[in-house]
Amino acid sequence: MNDIFLASTIILVITIFLCLYRAIYGPGVENRLIAVNTIGTKTIIILLLIGLLYGRPIFVDISIVYAMINFIATIAIAKYLRRGCVC
Amino acid sequence: MLTILAIICILIGLFFMVVGAVGLLRFPDFYTRAHASGKCDTLGEGMMLVGFILYEGMTLISVKLLLLAIFIFISSPTAVHALVHVAYSRGVAPWKKGDERQ
Repeated sequence: MNDIFLASTIILVITIFLCLYRAIYGPGVENRLIAVNTIGTKTIIILLLIGLLYGRPIFVDISIVYAMINFIATIAIAKYLRRGCVC
Repeated sequence: MLTILAIICILIGLFFMVVGAVGLLRFPDFYTRAHASGKCDTLGEGMMLVGFILYEGMTLISVKLLLLAIFIFISSPTAVHALVHVAYSRGVAPWKKGDERQ
């Protein structure tokens, strides 16, 4: 089971590098934002996999907090781009 | 038996996340990229969380994982919808057949 967790982590890291291309070279701010959102959702899974791999259940709490911060950051940036201020 | 089911769920989730990343890299337009990213990431993450719950069993950790799955199923399509709304109101043109890739 640990082998499957380790292989999943490595494949997800390679996938994050694929998304990082879109985050760097993507035309316009929207492509970069959606790439960053995708990287955030993959990071949650990587945190859970590391927690299961090393037997530390505190990583589940960290991933919950990371999911909330990712969602709030995306909504705040979308609101700023739409209205010109976060209000 | 439950471990085999967990492995199958984790592999299905991994497949969907890889497909979403390839779609984000190769589709020609912002809206098609949002389509690939939003749907594939939500389903892949949900399947991987179901696999982790089956692997853990009935503990407090699996309850937290279930809460995380419910939160992600609500929040991830909402975030992508907000981004697509911003792009549409800023005037990003959709891709038509014959145009060059953006």
